[in-house]
Amino acid sequence: MDTNNFSIETENLSLWYGDFQALIDVSVNIPTGKITSLIGPSGCGKTTLLRCFNRVNERYGNVKTKGEIKILGKNIYDSDVSLLELRKTVGMVFQRPNPLPISVYENILFGLRIHSPFRSLNRTQTDEIVEEALTSVFLWDDLKDKLKTRATSLQLEQQQKLCIARLLPLKPQVILMDEPCSALDSKGTLAVEELMSVLAGSYTFLIVTHNMAQAKRVSDECIYMFLGELIEHRETQALFETPEHEKTADYVQMRYG
Amino acid sequence: MNSKTEIAAQDMFTETAVGKQNRYIENIVKIFFFIMTCLMILPLLLIIGYLIYKALPVLSFDFLLSNPQDNMRAGGIWAPFLGTIYVVVVSLLAAAPIGVFAAVYLNEYARDSWFTRIVNLAVVNLAGVPSIVHALFGLGAFVLFAGFGESILAASLTLAVMTLPVIIASTTEALKAVPMSFREACWNLGATRWQTIRRIVLPNSISGILTGVILQVSRAAGETAPIMFTGAVFYKPIAEGDIFAYNIFDQCMALSLHLYTISTQVPDVAEGIPYGTAIVLVGSVLLVNAAAIVLRVYLRTRKKW
Repeated sequence: MDTNNFSIETENLSLWYGDFQALIDVSVNIPTGKITSLIGPSGCGKTTLLRCFNRVNERYGNVKTKGEIKILGKNIYDSDVSLLELRKTVGMVFQRPNPLPISVYENILFGLRIHSPFRSLNRTQTDEIVEEALTSVFLWDDLKDKLKTRATSLQLEQQQKLCIARLLPLKPQVILMDEPCSALDSKGTLAVEELMSVLAGSYTFLIVTHNMAQAKRVSDECIYMFLGELIEHRETQALFETPEHEKTADYVQMRYG
Repeated sequence: MNSKTEIAAQDMFTETAVGKQNRYIENIVKIFFFIMTCLMILPLLLIIGYLIYKALPVLSFDFLLSNPQDNMRAGGIWAPFLGTIYVVVVSLLAAAPIGVFAAVYLNEYARDSWFTRIVNLAVVNLAGVPSIVHALFGLGAFVLFAGFGESILAASLTLAVMTLPVIIASTTEALKAVPMSFREACWNLGATRWQTIRRIVLPNSISGILTGVILQVSRAAGETAPIMFTGAVFYKPIAEGDIFAYNIFDQCMALSLHLYTISTQVPDVAEGIPYGTAIVLVGSVLLVNAAAIVLRVYLRTRKKW
C-alpha cells in the first residue's frame, strides 16, 4: 500500500522498562486523517505505545526500544530527527486535562513561543492565532472575555478542549489522546468526541480509551491490545461485531474485565 | 406498629455505654494533643520574654551601633553584629546558587544512576555531619589549603558547605511539589527541559525555594563552631556605623561567638549585655524568618492550580 495513507507505521516494535517488556513486536499502520482507537485492559501497553510516537517515553527514565517507527513515512529514530520538532508534529492530550498554570492566552501560545525566536511574535499575530485555535475547539465564545484568566481555573471540559487547542498553533499532523474523556462528565465527553469528529480529516487521531462505547462511537478503526501485544486491528464496526480473535471477542463482549 | 417503629428509632440514636466511653476518650485525647501543642510554643515565648526582660536595660540603638568597650564589659555589639551579617550573606551567596542549581539538575535532568545515587547519599550524609567537623574541614580546605587565611571568606564558605545539603533538600522538595503533569504538557509540546524549568517549574516553585534558602540564615547566624576556627575572632573593633567596615579577607567578630565569650570568658560583664546580644541574634533571625513567611505568602497568592 502507498505509505502516504498511513501517518504512523511501526515494524516489530518492542519496548522495555528496565527488565519488563511492555510492548512485544507491535506492527501497526495508522491511517491518515482518521480516528483510530486503542482498547484493551489496563496495563497492557496502550499508553506506552502512544508515548512511543513522539518519543516522550524517553523522558521517563529507563526505557529501551527496538524496531522501527515511521511517522509520515520518516523513521523517527533516524539521527537527523529533532525530538523537539517531532513533538510539534505529534501532539498529545492527556487523561487529566493539564493546562499550564498560566493564562488561557499564554497556554495557546506556549508551544509557539518555545519554538519561535525570542519576541518574534507580535500582538496582532498572537491575537489571531489564539482566536483561531479557540474557535476550532468551540471555546472562543465561552472564553473570549476570559483570555487573561488562569487556565487551571476553567471547568474540566473547557480545560481539556484548551489542551487540544493548545496543540493547533503548532500545526500538528498527528494527535495522540490518552483517555481524553475519563476525567470528564458525559456532557464533556460528548463535546470532546464531537470535536474530534470535526477535526478528523485535518489531523490523524489515535485515542486510547477504556470506554468501548466511545471507541464504537468515534473511531474508524480499532486496535485491541493485550499484555503488550497487538491482538487485532480492524475497522471498528468489524472488530466489535465479528472479532476474529478469541481474546478480542472476550474483551469486546465484556467477558473480560 | 407505628409507635413501635418510633420507639425503635429513638433507641437507635441514644448513646450506648460504648459510645459514651468513646466520647470520653475522644475528648481526653483532643485536650492532650492541644496541651502538647501549647507546650511547643511555651519555651519560645518564655525564652524571648525572659531575654527581653533581662536585656531591657541595655537595649538601644546605641547598643547596636557601638563597638564593645572596656574589654567587652561595656559598650555595644556593632562589630559582632556586622560580622554576623557579613558571614551569613557571603555564605548564602555561595551556597544558594550551588544548592539550588544542583537540586534543579538532580531533580529535572538527572536520571536514576549510580552517580545521582552517590550524590544523593552525599547530600544526606553531609547534612548529618556535626558542625565542629565542618569547622575542621573549613580550617583545612579554605583557611590553609585555599590560602584564604582566617577570614570572613573562609568562615562563610565553611558555613556554606554546612548549609548546602539542607538547601538542596528544601529545593528538591519545592521542585517536587510542582505537578508532573505540567512537565509532561511542556515536553509534549516540544519544550526543552530548560524551557520547562524556566517557564513553568521555577515560577511555581520559587516561593518554596526562597523560603528554604532564607531559613538557612538562622542556622548560619547561630552557628559558633564552624566560624571559630575559620574567621571569627575574640575582639576586633571596626568603624562604628559603617556597613562597609569589613573586607571579606578580614577576620571579624560574630554575635554567636561574642555571646559565648562574654558569657564564659570575660569576668564581670554587665548583666544586660549578654542578654542584649542574645536578643539581637534571636530578633534578627526571627525577623528574617518572618520576611521569608511574608515572601512565601505573597508568592503563593500569585500561584493557583
